[in-house]
Amino acid sequence: MSNYIGQSIKRREDDRFITGKGKYTDDIVLPKMTHLAFVRSPYAHAKINSIDTKAALAHPGVVAVYTGEDCGNFGVPCGWQVNFKNGDTMKEPTHPLLAVGKAKHVGENVVAIIAETLQDARDAAELVEVDYEELPAVTNPNAAIQPGAPQVHDDIPNNVVFDFALGNPKEEVDAAIDGANHVTKLDFKNQRLAPNAIEPRSYIADYDVTVDKYTLYTSTQNPHLIRLLMCAFVLGLPEHKVRVISHDVGGGFGSKIYHYTEEALVTWASKQIGRPIKWTSDRSEAFLTDAHGRDYVTTAEMGFDNNGKIVAFRVHSDANLGAYLSTFSTACPTYLHATLAQGCYTTPLINIDVTATFTNTNPVDAYRGAGRPEMTYMIEHLMDTAALEMKIDPVELRKINFIPAFDGVNQPGYQTQVALQYDSGDYHATLDRALEMVGYDQFRKDQEEARKNGKLLGIGFSTYIEACGIAPSAVVGSLGARAGLYESAHVRVQPTGSVSVFTGSHSHGQGHETSYAQFVADTLGIPMENVDIIHGDTNEVAFGMGTYGSRSLAVGGSAIMKSLDKILEKGAKIAAHKLEAAVEDLEYAEGKWTVKGTDKSIAFGDVSLTAYVPHDYPEGLEPGLDFSSFYDPANFTYPFGTHIAIVEIDKDTGKVTLKRFIACDDVGNVINPMIVEGQIHGGVAQGVGQALLEGVDYDENGQMITGSFMDYAMPRADDFPFFETDRKVTPCPHNPLGVKGAGEAGAIGSTPAVANAVMDAISHLGIKDIQMPITSERVWKAMNS
Amino acid sequence: MIPAKFEYIKASSVSEALSLLNKHGDEAQLLSGGHSLIPAIKLRLNQPKMVVDIGKIPGLDNISEEGNNIVIGANCTHHQIATSSVVQGGVNVLAQTAKEIGDIQVRNKGTIGGSLAHADPAADYPAVILASGAKIEVEGSGGKRTIDATDFFMGIFETALEDNEMIIAIHIPKSSGGVYLKFSQPASRFAVVGCAAIKNDNGVSIGLTGVADCAYRASAVESAYNGDAKAAAAHAVDGIEVMSDNFASSEYRAHLAKVYTERALNALA
Ligand SMILES: Cc1cc2nc3c(=O)[nH]c(=O)nc-3n(C[C@H](O)[C@H](O)[C@H](O)COP(=O)(O)OP(=O)(O)OC[C@H]3O[C@@H](n4cnc5c(N)ncnc54)[C@H](O)[C@@H]3O)c2cc1C
Repeated sequence: MSNYIGQSIKRREDDRFITGKGKYTDDIVLPKMTHLAFVRSPYAHAKINSIDTKAALAHPGVVAVYTGEDCGNFGVPCGWQVNFKNGDTMKEPTHPLLAVGKAKHVGENVVAIIAETLQDARDAAELVEVDYEELPAVTNPNAAIQPGAPQVHDDIPNNVVFDFALGNPKEEVDAAIDGANHVTKLDFKNQRLAPNAIEPRSYIADYDVTVDKYTLYTSTQNPHLIRLLMCAFVLGLPEHKVRVISHDVGGGFGSKIYHYTEEALVTWASKQIGRPIKWTSDRSEAFLTDAHGRDYVTTAEMGFDNNGKIVAFRVHSDANLGAYLSTFSTACPTYLHATLAQGCYTTPLINIDVTATFTNTNPVDAYRGAGRPEMTYMIEHLMDTAALEMKIDPVELRKINFIPAFDGVNQPGYQTQVALQYDSGDYHATLDRALEMVGYDQFRKDQEEARKNGKLLGIGFSTYIEACGIAPSAVVGSLGARAGLYESAHVRVQPTGSVSVFTGSHSHGQGHETSYAQFVADTLGIPMENVDIIHGDTNEVAFGMGTYGSRSLAVGGSAIMKSLDKILEKGAKIAAHKLEAAVEDLEYAEGKWTVKGTDKSIAFGDVSLTAYVPHDYPEGLEPGLDFSSFYDPANFTYPFGTHIAIVEIDKDTGKVTLKRFIACDDVGNVINPMIVEGQIHGGVAQGVGQALLEGVDYDENGQMITGSFMDYAMPRADDFPFFETDRKVTPCPHNPLGVKGAGEAGAIGSTPAVANAVMDAISHLGIKDIQMPITSERVWKAMNS
Repeated sequence: MIPAKFEYIKASSVSEALSLLNKHGDEAQLLSGGHSLIPAIKLRLNQPKMVVDIGKIPGLDNISEEGNNIVIGANCTHHQIATSSVVQGGVNVLAQTAKEIGDIQVRNKGTIGGSLAHADPAADYPAVILASGAKIEVEGSGGKRTIDATDFFMGIFETALEDNEMIIAIHIPKSSGGVYLKFSQPASRFAVVGCAAIKNDNGVSIGLTGVADCAYRASAVESAYNGDAKAAAAHAVDGIEVMSDNFASSEYRAHLAKVYTERALNALA
């Protein structure tokens, strides 16, 4: 019986969030807490000749001042090793907690000032004198690998982190492109984005000398991984001496997955001074130092036969990873990106070639979608462009190339040319539904009419697929991940039958406290009020890999299901004993075990009480009702869908207005439709943001010229129409809930739909392409050149 | 976002504020709504030693009709101006413009005196102030004087205010018809180009903001206008050095100035 699954139950956590009662890291005030401020490099690339901290140290309230010399041996690691094509290990420079010798991007930490108050720390920071010798900087990934480019790391030639290829042999792909009936070729710039979580990063470290233990409060998506990386790879601390707590977190979008230098620094320094230390980023620091997203320069070609069937897809990208390797940076342009090159299409030959580079910019890492939006943008933008070039309707072109429907049970999964095997999919279904929603035939008529009246209307499509819940661990390990990608869950049934669920996934906007409680309550047949979801504390939760990559329900939820199975299995033994029946004769429904065909039953709560007060109890059975599980998925999950954008362009100014946005997504089974819809809406807003508005720009000296909300165009509610959403359901065949993940779909699917709509509106004017963000000026220039 | 230390004094009269300015010279700065000053202080781009809060001085937030003028006290907020029936009745275009500024929080705190004194080249009011032929009433230790809007804006963040002078009120001639149209910068929503067009006895007057280092009267457009909006708008940036930034090159901005001038003229006709 299902009471909660499939219901749009309001989020329990929203009570505290919208009444200002959330507990974010910066809300925490510890006794004797000190405050830390950084002196950050004003230069993108500069030799540090000397640092004079005397005046800062003498400033009232200052407790300690550290430079790179004081903590120069520690460095934060990269979490994913990608090898060069020739097998050599990637280049991984030390990423020091404070710059040593040279500053390599604007905003790099140079000096840490710890003081009684934040005011003292900031004031003292102004007194530090750093003698910099500015060096030429490089910010573009393609420029970075040219001969004579400035060297970010003196010992890493040509700024190359690694080169990488995936797919079919290059010669075969080249030959197919050469022999194609039509080739569509585009240059892409997947611009750099700032994640801009509403809560800035914040860390408090508290070293307790009496027990020689550390507590780190951190606004992270990933508390156990932070502890593992920091203990094992940075500070050399035993993990049982370190507790990491991340209470409420105000958004991450990827940027809070990573282990940052500031986290390790406050932890280390807390022991040095024997007091708690807080550091909270301000918005300016966030723009400069929260790991950015995207930043690829690409050339991609798609070859077609004379029936419009894709014969080959070839890509070369230069991916900008910034000055240092952030935790998952290396996975983004490779295993999270190239593996998606199949799209929803039967493309028989694919080759993806990537060079990853260092530049004098802030590190780049996974940002909502991580590698997949970039690939989806290329494929889907090429599809619409090819349709225009070949004069085939873009819908038709997709239908010609779609992988036929397969459910992964009666039909096998689909083996791609780029390592992955898709679990289940029905790409026609979401496309057909979205076409119905948009009224495609009518739109084409409206468009023609509008053109006659001098108005520019356009429609753009994106039939995307994505890969979530990255796993299994053995596979990702063989691809270079330095961690497993399973999830843990501990379900503790309390004696009176209420349930505490400890999950290693982490909620920072996703609503787990509600959606998890829904399926737990349904599985146990108990009221949701009796279920509590606990996450974000390494002392409470045994282990976890955190939340990102739309993995929580598919991986974390499945781990919980495993523990629930064990609970019910043991509960049945106790029930059978109490009911004097055989386990096989019992059925479990609506929170009780009943002897089949009788009215003899025992409730869940009575069984749990018996488990903890085991007076009349099955022989040989352990007391208690409490199980932990680890779940390592058999495969990724593959949500997909169709997004359609309609735009109007002001022909005098080039301004693009999004008139309608239709999304029909298939994220597998849905526990809470409202939460899924919210995820789609938010994702679409971010995806449209990339298409039309956002972009981090550095000038030729490596200065960020978009370092505030006055200069970085975040999308706002009034930039959008109300999104029209619907769903299809193709369950995931390989996890117990049949769920696929919904966190990133919106951001992955929407960007190309909007870019395609713009081109559909103006390509008849002879315009081939416009780079993102598709600003008014770029459109105007294209129309007037 | 922690300011450097400063002393805060709340002035209870104009004369108190002026004497503090006189005494402390460069070290003291006036604070009204704080929506330009405080961000700059927080970023430590601006580090005054003393902040003199004039926000609560009695009498500076009145709106009244004086003959053919609407008189707006320097401390009137954008919200007050947007919703004042006196402003709506006398110079509706100013009320409409006030509605376009920032968001609710900004409109509830930010003031017209602060906006004009700050002289952001992309601020909205200056276009209307210029087009309407307003006068700015200021007071310093030497007493009161009025400055014509056309003489007031002198450059980026630069006005005709003397060091120890403050704005008291804005006197705006009533007008029967006027429009303000802006092409917003997508991040800040300030004007990339903002054009105010107001009917007057001789025809129309045009104020443009966002285009140059300070707002200006587009007199070339005004004299060329004889009913053909497009032809007249072609003169929108005559003799003007057009700004360039990450959101609009000077070429594009000049084009927008023409488009918005044409649209404003058409909307007015
Ligand atoms: C998020 C945001 C969005 C905004 N969007 C817009 C927009 O779209 N369009 C727009 O036009 N503006 C916009 N603004 C600016 C806003 O209108 C400010 O309120 C205005 O520029 C300054 O007014 P204030 O009262 O806040 O002045 P304050 O910040 O208090 O002062 C600004 C300057 O003026 C001086 N000053 C203040 N009052 C006087 C006086 N009476 N005499 C002499 N000097 C004085 C101060 O010393 C200071 O130098 C925005 C601001 C923010 C924060």
